[in-house]
Amino acid sequence: MANMSLTKVKISEQDPAVRNHNFLEVSLGYTAEEAMEEASRCLGCKNEPCRGGCPVAVSIPQFIAQVKEGNFAEAYRILSGDNALPAVCGRVCPQETQCESKCVRGIKGEPVAIGRLERFVADWARENGITNEVKIEKNGDKVAVVGSGPAGLTCAGELAKMGYDVTIFEALHTAGGVLSYGIPEFRLPKEIVRKEIEGLQKMGVDVETNMVIGKVLSIDELFERGYKAVFVGSGAGLPQFMKIPGEGLCGVYSANEYLTRINLMKAYTEGAPTPLLHSKSVAVVGGGNVAMDAARCAKRMGADKVYIVYRRGEEELPARKEEVHHAKEEGIIFELLTAPLSIEGDEKGRVNKMKCIRMELGEPDASGRRRPVPVEGSEFDMEVDTVIMAIGTSPNPLIRSTTPGLEANKKGCLVTKEDASTTREGIFCGGDAATGAATVILAMGAGKHAAKSIDEYIKSKK
Amino acid sequence: MSFKIVKKQPLNPEITLMSIEAPLIAAKAKAGQFIILRVDEQGERIPLTVAETDKDAGTVTIIYQKVGATTMQLDTLNEGESLHDFVGPLGTPTHIEGLKKVAVVGGGLGCAIAYPIAKALHEQGAEVHLIAGFRTKDLIILEDMMKNASTHLYLCTDDGSFGFSGFVTDQLKELIEAGNQYDEVFAIGPLPMMKFVCRLTKQHDIKTTVSMNPIMVDGTGMCGGCRVTVGGEMKFACVDGPDFDGHQVDFDEIIARNASYKEFEAQQKAHFCNLRGEIHG
Repeated sequence: MANMSLTKVKISEQDPAVRNHNFLEVSLGYTAEEAMEEASRCLGCKNEPCRGGCPVAVSIPQFIAQVKEGNFAEAYRILSGDNALPAVCGRVCPQETQCESKCVRGIKGEPVAIGRLERFVADWARENGITNEVKIEKNGDKVAVVGSGPAGLTCAGELAKMGYDVTIFEALHTAGGVLSYGIPEFRLPKEIVRKEIEGLQKMGVDVETNMVIGKVLSIDELFERGYKAVFVGSGAGLPQFMKIPGEGLCGVYSANEYLTRINLMKAYTEGAPTPLLHSKSVAVVGGGNVAMDAARCAKRMGADKVYIVYRRGEEELPARKEEVHHAKEEGIIFELLTAPLSIEGDEKGRVNKMKCIRMELGEPDASGRRRPVPVEGSEFDMEVDTVIMAIGTSPNPLIRSTTPGLEANKKGCLVTKEDASTTREGIFCGGDAATGAATVILAMGAGKHAAKSIDEYIKSKK
Repeated sequence: MSFKIVKKQPLNPEITLMSIEAPLIAAKAKAGQFIILRVDEQGERIPLTVAETDKDAGTVTIIYQKVGATTMQLDTLNEGESLHDFVGPLGTPTHIEGLKKVAVVGGGLGCAIAYPIAKALHEQGAEVHLIAGFRTKDLIILEDMMKNASTHLYLCTDDGSFGFSGFVTDQLKELIEAGNQYDEVFAIGPLPMMKFVCRLTKQHDIKTTVSMNPIMVDGTGMCGGCRVTVGGEMKFACVDGPDFDGHQVDFDEIIARNASYKEFEAQQKAHFCNLRGEIHG
């Protein structure tokens, strides 16, 4: 008998007033009892609408049915067969626009908490030392994966399962891409990322860090080294600035730099050798998940006041609802319909204020969103000592500029066909490098899709 | 991967040369490029210029000055030990094609960066006037190497204890006024030194390239920590540089930003010194 409660089983979270002073995970996850209770809200629909909403098509009703019965190991077997990084996805996917948006229970009441259940199963398996043993028959062919973010990790995992010898080349000293340098510890503990990558290594995936492809080796040299195909999953890591006066001042960061210092270089830990400016009052410019992450980090680093400065309104915030909610609970101040004009500094070149202007929403623009228009005479000063730019990123030009014949569009994204192939034979691309900045799960979906195409390509050459 | 130290040689009390086993980087690095290293698993990432490579031996030579906690920690390592991370070659190589007569100006540790550029220019047959400045005689480094990498080496000391008495800018001024026509001047050293070289060459309308040394984190273009304003435009020194047209660089802005973490760095250095004192004391 299904549990007909209209609401999800509540999940425990750290108290907002406590958690905004630490980097420990905010959401504490379901207990086994809570997970089984929530799982029994699933009706096990035959046509599986939820599955259609998942970019990697996880067998959702099947794994939830096992959770309901308390067969967590079997649930993990099903789940990890479809998804290479379930502990990550359960935490960072925007389920409200994906799987859970298609759940029939969501028509009247809240949908089944698929993300929380996915996370529970993955965490349970990790804590109980359960790994998904897959039998791999090696086929002797080598494939190179450039970048160890969600797209590269997924593509590598899928190819390894098919029997390929996969090498991932990562430019930084730690694998994981945005999972390691971008998303903060309090949303995604780095230990979990490390374990998920270890899982791939156990399947035989070789991860080589400190390898900047395009500098130390070109893609053409990878082919010379015997790789039959190359997957480019190098992301969109090039930060954008606003091109307003004062962006060279001391105290202005890109969100990438701010988050890299904190997450990858652990600037939040006592005695860490990588410094970060101590801020009292911080403006984060932007309204996406990256802006929320940067703002919540700034609060945890001890800032008294942290503002989100966004030129559109609450409805238009691109960040996940849950993250906006968490940010508000933690005391982040939202300055909506506001745009920066310039940043000013003191005699030492340190930021002391940001000049802003209020906006109102006009007619819809090409993207279909109402265009913000400045309100004349509404300029004002915001007293801040730190400004973090979180207005987006674009693909790094390194790969395309060092690989002859690899075409990119105006935004710097590699041009790909339906099957993820690029304009160069044997080179495939997916994730943010092909689409521009998007989500973790879309990158994973692209990695999975590209693995299939790479397999077909290599087989077709025999 | 392990990055073994195969050679360590103090050049003066402050500056040390190290050769690291890194065959892939050795095969690729060109004059003007740099590497980023981490000493240990907890360490920060610091950029250092590639001073020399040996493709056959597969080694990359770096030269560092003990200015803070990380370089002091690096200096505790000996031959046979390894660095945790060593990544490169990063940055755009120096453009040297077609140059016939140049002045290369190095200040202090900057001579370690000026040296490979002078050498590359000298090897392509250019007349290279290498002007190398140090505070005092005892701090002079790389004298023989620099001599071999130039048509003429002009050594300068601030206190006049060796060679030309005065700053590198004074020596350069003399050479220009003596009628030397340089296609280009390369200036590498502390930011104020490069700023003053540029001020001088601007008066004489000589194209001047500087090698910028802003704060870096990743060194691959993903954070913009190393951004420099060049001709009113924002450039990332780690990918667009580190070389830029010195007459276009906003030196004052980068001088201020490079001081961002001064207090923190002083604390780290004091902490490191105390720690060593305890161990050895």
